[in-house]
This record gives sequence, structure tokens and C-alpha cells, in this order.
Amino acid sequence: MLKDSDRIFTNLYGYHDPYLAGAKSRGDWDGTKKLIEMGRDAIIEDVKDSGLRGRGGAGFSTGLKWSFMPKESDGRPHYLVVNADEGEPGTCKDREIMRHDPHKLIEGCLVASFAMGAHVAYIYVRGEFYREIEALQRAVDEAYDAGLIGKNACGSGYDFSLHIHRGSGAYICGEETALIESLEGKKGQPRLKPPFPANSGLYGCPTTVNNVESIAVVPTILRRGKDWFANLGRANNTGTKLFNISGHVEQPCTIEEEMSIPLKDLIEKHAGGVRGGWDNLLAIIPGGASVPCLPKGICDTVLMDFDSLREQQSGLGTAAIMVMDKSTDIVAAIARLSSFYKHESCGQCTPCREGTGWMSRMMSRMVTGNATVEEIDLLEQVTRQVEGHTICALGDAAAWPIQGLIRHFRPEMEARIDRAKKHAVAA
Amino acid sequence: MPTLTIDGEEIEVEAGLTVLQACELAGKEIPRFCYHERLSVAGNCRMCLVEMERAPKPIASCAMPVGEGMVIKTDSELVKRAREGVMEFLLINHPLDCPICDQGGECDLQDQAMGYGMDKSRFVENKRAVKDKYLGPLVSTIMTRCIHCTRCIRFAQEVAGVPELGATGRGEHMEVGTYVEKALSSEMSGNIVDLCPVGALTSKPYAFTARSWELKKTESIDVLDAVGCNIRIDTRGSEVMRILPRNNDDVNEEWISDKTRHACDGLKRQRLDQPYLRKNGKLVAADWPEVLTAVAGRMNAADGKIGAIAGDLADCEAMTAMMDLMAATGSSNIDCRQDGGAFGDTRASYIFNSTIAGIEDADAVLLIGTNPRWEAPVLNARIRKRYLRGGVAAGLIGPELDLTYDLAHLGDGPSALDDLLASKGDFANVLKQASKPMIIIGSGALARDDGAGLLAKARQLAEKIGAVSDDWNGFNVLQRAASRVGGLDLGFVPKNKSSLDTAGIIAAAGRGKLDVVYLLGADEIDTRAMGDAFVIYQGHHGDVGAHRADAILPGAAYTEKNATYVNTEGRVQRAALAAFPVGEAREDWAIIRALSDTMGKKLPYDSLLDVRRRMADINPLFASPDETSIAPWGNVGDAGTTNDTAFEYPIHNFYMTDVISRASEIMAECTAVALGDNYSATGTNG
Repeated sequence: MLKDSDRIFTNLYGYHDPYLAGAKSRGDWDGTKKLIEMGRDAIIEDVKDSGLRGRGGAGFSTGLKWSFMPKESDGRPHYLVVNADEGEPGTCKDREIMRHDPHKLIEGCLVASFAMGAHVAYIYVRGEFYREIEALQRAVDEAYDAGLIGKNACGSGYDFSLHIHRGSGAYICGEETALIESLEGKKGQPRLKPPFPANSGLYGCPTTVNNVESIAVVPTILRRGKDWFANLGRANNTGTKLFNISGHVEQPCTIEEEMSIPLKDLIEKHAGGVRGGWDNLLAIIPGGASVPCLPKGICDTVLMDFDSLREQQSGLGTAAIMVMDKSTDIVAAIARLSSFYKHESCGQCTPCREGTGWMSRMMSRMVTGNATVEEIDLLEQVTRQVEGHTICALGDAAAWPIQGLIRHFRPEMEARIDRAKKHAVAA
Repeated sequence: MPTLTIDGEEIEVEAGLTVLQACELAGKEIPRFCYHERLSVAGNCRMCLVEMERAPKPIASCAMPVGEGMVIKTDSELVKRAREGVMEFLLINHPLDCPICDQGGECDLQDQAMGYGMDKSRFVENKRAVKDKYLGPLVSTIMTRCIHCTRCIRFAQEVAGVPELGATGRGEHMEVGTYVEKALSSEMSGNIVDLCPVGALTSKPYAFTARSWELKKTESIDVLDAVGCNIRIDTRGSEVMRILPRNNDDVNEEWISDKTRHACDGLKRQRLDQPYLRKNGKLVAADWPEVLTAVAGRMNAADGKIGAIAGDLADCEAMTAMMDLMAATGSSNIDCRQDGGAFGDTRASYIFNSTIAGIEDADAVLLIGTNPRWEAPVLNARIRKRYLRGGVAAGLIGPELDLTYDLAHLGDGPSALDDLLASKGDFANVLKQASKPMIIIGSGALARDDGAGLLAKARQLAEKIGAVSDDWNGFNVLQRAASRVGGLDLGFVPKNKSSLDTAGIIAAAGRGKLDVVYLLGADEIDTRAMGDAFVIYQGHHGDVGAHRADAILPGAAYTEKNATYVNTEGRVQRAALAAFPVGEAREDWAIIRALSDTMGKKLPYDSLLDVRRRMADINPLFASPDETSIAPWGNVGDAGTTNDTAFEYPIHNFYMTDVISRASEIMAECTAVALGDNYSATGTNG
């Protein structure tokens, strides 16, 4: 269990003052100038060595991503864009940072921007986060007034400006290139890659898009040292992580824990356990709506990190844990997710536009059993036809939950079809 | 030059190509819907997926740039499955209405479904239905068929320069449309019908009239402006069913204007299908011998007091025969310039020297008294193409215009030209610093009273800014009459000082100094001013020229004859006979040849080949069709005087500029939509 002294987000629940005075008392903005004086390369090396992997879902090495930015500007400005369009169902970690610890994010923006040679950063916040934007804006204003950002930020001689942009509630705008399009004022649709944002991103300039949590932990990593961070968790899955536990648990919560904590421990220690006891568990979606669910058997032993969950054909995603006990209609639960993806598909590319609708319709028939057993195979094939064939990962995200359902709960689906058939004959 | 391995074969290709282009070079056909050579890459249909070694998933070949050492597979099981999957997705919500779809037989989806489609549908849910959109009188929409390839959106945005189409809605509710219902405000909107890979956008005028496989396809040339767009005329029997663009990178790429495409219904209306003679003030139908005898008698009796004016649609063969016949009558009163546009001593003074493709090399463009968007829409699209690439400055002298690209407005009248000559203003600097500057002077400017002065000043400016060098000639005249450059090349102009030009012929006829006026398809003149002269009208439409005529010789329209036209760049091009002339009408040179026989002044040619040989004798350029040649630069001459009245653009209604488009119902509809106060039909029309 994570020691209190190892926590990064020490005001996660908002018990203390979230603004400048409070933040400073928690150690934020302490020696930021010195962090900047480390130099660009040293910062990127430290972040790389700390093993920090992107907290937005894909889990790509943050330091490595930064190193893709051109070392010297070719005349075009560089940008940092912070993805605060937290829309993954079940996920509510970034909003806690923005409303209760906004200065961690702002300081992270300055350090990360400096490391990438960006003088301007944008925070793209999901429009529904009205209060969070208020809090964040207040914190940004404070930082400007205190000279922490703006011209000669923190007295470092580096000019840095930070802007908050409100989104309008489209899930797809959480995809980094769709977010860039939306930030430019266009319809939020993912771009083709290559070119990657590090070459041609916002307004055609080198851009890095990072998750809120990835950026917010950076100053602490630099202050406490890369080794401290790297020694938490397992190799390749280091550091602390914010977990969101929701669903059929006694105390749903957001909690900072060490990476690679066993899933069962996490739920029993922090969320008061599964409703009705661990044996009442049916399945868990471990990483937000887009990763496949895991049945109880796997949940007994699986570790909460990128590699362990991948071995189980699922993923850490945003670490939003949705717990379902035996009262859950698992088919209906996944069907609900399918309808979410149908609604949120941007419509740009064929497999996702047409596939999400088809899958959703089939899933809704599976709920009542109004289908044939062969259609389960068809549904599986359709998910394979979508997966990996789309411009962005939304197609994969729509396909995976269904694949997880079929993998682990096919007998339940077949039984339902049989029941419906018998019922129809009897009637 | 990167080397790739495609299906086991190594191929070296130019850097900057996409994998799809490399595959094509390697002879591998890649299916596609959204990809189009002349539009930006969208990569959204996902039909062109191929397998790339070391890539975790199949890649969209249209969007992936080639790289050294790439190993591509286009025929693997993975690729086949990916394409079949995409095809199935495209078809699940596409209606199975091919039997009643106009795209049937020339539909990309239909064709590719043969290769990648399943034999039966696995989709048992309800299909999507989408409300149709209104895009104007030319494009009919059945949006349920749309596969969201966004080609039409990209065309409107990029080529046409009217960002009026877009996608609204998300996921399977995404719809392509104009959002606010309105007709597309482009002169090139018909091209989206060609671009649409399915039957979502089809031609409204052509709707349900023919199937593509019943049509005879004839490759020809358009004459409704001076660009000489390459077209394909599709006919069924004697009827022109539709006109489509033909690829020619040097001229029109693969676009044509809406007038070129849709004025063809004018070929069926107001046609002159038999000879007429005016008797007792009324035109009475006659037969050929009768009318030829009457005309020959008048012409012989006129004793050289004859004038001949060739109209904007006259072909070079007819003008050659006309010229020779006039010479035989002893008259030199001939003119192919209905508007009297000025021209200089050399060929370079009346053609578009830079060539249309040359626009893409220019780095500064000055437009003088011309609205290329209406006078030559396809050429204007070329300027826009150049503009989109960046690094070009454009300026306009004339009333302000929206030409779909940024323009510096330098002034309304010729004084702005004087300023440039005096190196005044920022744009003078731009021109001076440009390495390949272009000056485009419009035919409307040259037709002014001070046209000769403007021409001289424009040529002076061209020399001053260094627009004329050994490898670049940036002095351009944008003609708008298909017959003009050909006529000037043939010398269909007053031969000497005492000969009469168009205005002179009309005035002399009005004063009774000319007994006979021969109008070779000339309708854009003041036909009421010709007094009591005996007017012969040879042409294909009953427009103002025919109304005034005392004798009508029915000729052939451009789709009905093998004829030569020279476009504004000086490119000699041949139009081909797609349908035979209507009724008693005949090919124009043959009519003149027959008339000469009746007059006893038989012209020395009996076949089209003979006429063409004669043309090549007059000007060797006619011996090498489809080419442009560099016209030598001549003396500028003295700067003429100009007056400072503002330029006025010659075309007031793009959709009606000649006898064919004036007779077209579709062009009338377009006029109502584009220029009318309100476009929606009301009352008895609606």
C-alpha cells in the first residue's frame, strides 16, 4: 500500500485550499526555476528514466513522446496541449486534479513546455467540467499574477503563456488529433497519421498532447527524483496512479495508489470491497469503457498495471475500474457501452461509422436473446472487421468490450438465446 | 528515390509519393473510394488498406508516404479480409436500388463490390435513410446512397473555392450537405457528380434519360468559352444526352464548367433545321437549291459590296472557306471579332502565352479588366490551384470581384495600369520582384474604344517587369470566344486600311454602302442596324441573327461536325462529329463550298482533308493539332492613349453567353437561381 509520504496528489479530495497558498504549502512551485535550470535534455531524460507512461489510456512513454519534438524550432512555434477532455466512461481522475490541485497541472505545463521548447500551452477541458474550469482558470490567473507563468516565468527567463479552451462534449475530441482539430475550431474528427502531431500538430506546428495526470506528476518526479518514481510499482509499470473505482462496491472512490497493486487488494482496501462480498463479483472492467471486461477468476489475481492487464487481453486504459456484481445483466451492460460508441463515433471512416451501429443493434438483440447462436459469431467477426481498420482507436474501443463479453460470457449469451426461443415456442 | 518491395517486387519511386501511387506504378490496382488524384487525401473510406511489414495493422495506402525499404503486400489474406470487411460496411447501409440508380453501370461501388463483396448480406437490421438535399438545378441528390467519402466536400472547398459543402452530424448520422439549404454558388458544381463514386449525386437534367451503356461516346472539344475544354459527348441516336469532361492536364485537367456540361439541351431547341428565304417580309421554308440560287444571285450582284462577320462559335474550316469565298467576290470586309477586340502585329499579342498549365509556375498574377471566373471558369480554377500552393500574389484592375482567391484590388480603371507602369504602389514591387509574373488582360478590356491603347500598355508593363524572357512569356490575353484565336491565326480580319471591320460592316450596311452581309453564326452584334442590306445568316440556332436574316443557311453545331478550334493558348484542337446535323442542316464549310459552286466561283476543295490542307497552307500551325507553340515576341509599338472609365466585365450572366446556352432551359434555370432575387419556385411554377 502506498505510503502517505509517497503521494503526489495530497489534496485529491479537496480537504485543503486548492489555490496558490495551499498549493505552495503542499510543495508546488517550490524551486520551479531550478527545475527549469536543469535544461531541456535533462528534464526529458529524467522523465524517460522515471518510466512514466502516459496516463490517458495508451500508456506510451511520456519522456519518449517528448523527445520526438524537434530539438530546434524551424521557425514554427511548438505547442503543448493538455488533454483534459476526460470523457471515458467511469473515469474521473483529471477533474479531481483540476478542481483540487490545479497548480500541479499548471506547474507541470510550464516544465513540460520548457522541455519541449513550447512557449504556449493549451488545456482543452471537457465543456461539462464547468466548476473545474472555474477553479483551473482561477489558478491560472493566480499563477500569472504571481509571475509563475507569463513573461519570465518563475524568474527563469522563459516566456510561457497558458490558455484554457472549453470543449463541447464530444467523446471523440479526447482523441489527440481530433482534439487538435477541435482546438483549431473545426469539426472534431481524428487526423490521419502520419504526420504525427510532433511534426505537424496544432496549426501545422510541432505539438505534443498529454493527459492531465501525466503532466501534473512531472514536477514531483523531477523534485523527488526519477529513482523514487521508478522504484514504485513494477519494472516498466512504475510510479503512482490515480484509480477510479465505481459500480457495485461499498465505497466508490478515486484513490492514488502504487502501480501494479493487485486489483482485489485495491478494491478491498480502498472501496470497502464488492457489494455482498468478493464472491458476489461477476466481472470488472478495469480501465474505462473501452477495455474488455474480466470475469471474477481473472480479477482474483490480476495486477493493476499496463502489462499485467494486457496479458489478460484487457488493458489499464485510464484505470477506471467498474465493478459489477452478480445482480448485473452483463449483456445489457456491454450493450449500453456499444450504444455509447455508436453515439460517439465521429462518422469519418467507414468501419467505425457503419460498424458501431451494426454492433450496437446486434448487441441490443442479444440482451433479449432475439438472435441466433450463429449471430454471436457474426458479431465477433464484425468486431474484428472494425478493429485495427479505422483512423483512430475509437473503432478498437467499440470492438473490445464486445470481444471481452464473448470471450468470457458466451454461455450466458447462448443461454439467453435459448430461453428466448423456448419462450417464443411456448407462446 | 526510395525503394520499396511491393508483393515481392522491388520498385524505385519518387520520394513524396504515397504507397497507393507506388502500388499503381508497380501495376497493382488498389481499390478506393475517397482517394482522388486532384483532391487532398482524406483516408476515410479505408478501402485502400494494404499490409506493411512491421506495422501492427493494415495501413491506408492513400495516406502513407513511401519510405525506404518498405515491404508492402497488396494481395495477402489480411488485405483481402480488410477490404471485404470495409466493402461489407459500405454496403450495409447502401440501398440496393441499382436498377433505378443513374450511376448504375458507372458506379465505383458496384464495380468494386464485384471484386470484394459477398454474395449475400449478413445485415438483418433496418437500413439507414437520409433526407435528400437541395444543391441547385444541376445536381440531384439521393443521400441515402452516400458513402461519406467527402470527395464533393473537398472539391467544393479546394477546387471550386466555395466552402459550402460539409458534413453535419456524427457517426451514422453524419450527412453531407450545405447545412443552410441553398444552391452551390459555383460555376463548376457539376463536377461533383463525376466525383461522386456512387449515385448519391447525379446529374439532375440527365436523370433517368439513358443508361451509360446505351450511349455512343465521342471525344471532342467544348466551344462555349475559349479554354477549349476536352469533353466527351455521349449521344443516343441523334440526341446529345450529356457532356462529360475528358482528362487533359494541359487544358482542363478533368473539370468542366456547368455551362459546358449542361448547355447541351440548348442543342435541341430553337434549331435551324432547314433553309429559309424571306419573302414579302416573312421567312419561308425553302429547299437548298432555291436558297443557294437566291443567295448566289445576291452575292454575285453585290459586286464586292459584301461584308462577312464570323461569330464566336465559328470553326476554322468554315472561316477558311468563308475567307476564300469573300476573296473570290473581291471583298476584303471580313472580321471574326464581333466585339472588335484589339490585337497586335504578332501572334503573341492575342494568345495566352504562358499556357494554362504554365499558370502553375507563375508567382504573381495581374488581371486586367477580366473576370476569369465567368470568362473561363476552368482557367480560374487553375489560378486558384496555384494560389492554394502558396507563394503567389494576385492583383485585379477592374471592379471588385470574388474569384475564390485573395486579390489585391488595384483600381477600377486603366489609371491603375498607369500607376503600375510608373512603379507606383506595392503591387508594382510585387510584379517587379516576381520571377515568373503573369499579366492577363481580358477580351472585354480589348474590346473597349481604347482597347489598342490598353493592349500596348499591358505589353509595355510586361516588358518592364521582365515578364517576357526566353523561357517564360507572362503576357496573356484571355479570350472568351472559341473562334477568336483561330480566326486571327487564319487572318479572318480586315486585310487593309480600306477594309471594313465588324463595326464598319454594320455601319456601312446601315448606310446602304454594303448590299450583302454574311453572318457566319454572328449573333452578338447589333443586327437591327444593318439597314436594307441583304443579310445571310448561316448558323444553327434561331437567335437574333436569324431573325434579321433574309436568307438562312442551316449549319451544324459543334457537336455535329468535325471541326478545328484554337483555344486561348493557341492550341489547335479538333472537335468531332457526335451526332449528325439536324434536318437539312449541313457542315458549315460544305455549305460555303456549295454556295461557291452555285456562284460559279468554285472553291478548290472537295473534302475536309482538302480544307485542312488549305488551312495549313495559310498558317502551318494548323498542321500540328493539340500542341502549343511559343509565339515570338514582337514590337510593342507606341503606347496608345487610354481613357479612365472603369472596366466593365463583358459577361453579365455566366449561364447565357451564346446561342446554345441562350436556348437552354437548364441554363435559364441556373440563371434564375444564380441571379434571380429568390430562387425557390413559387405560385404557378412551384
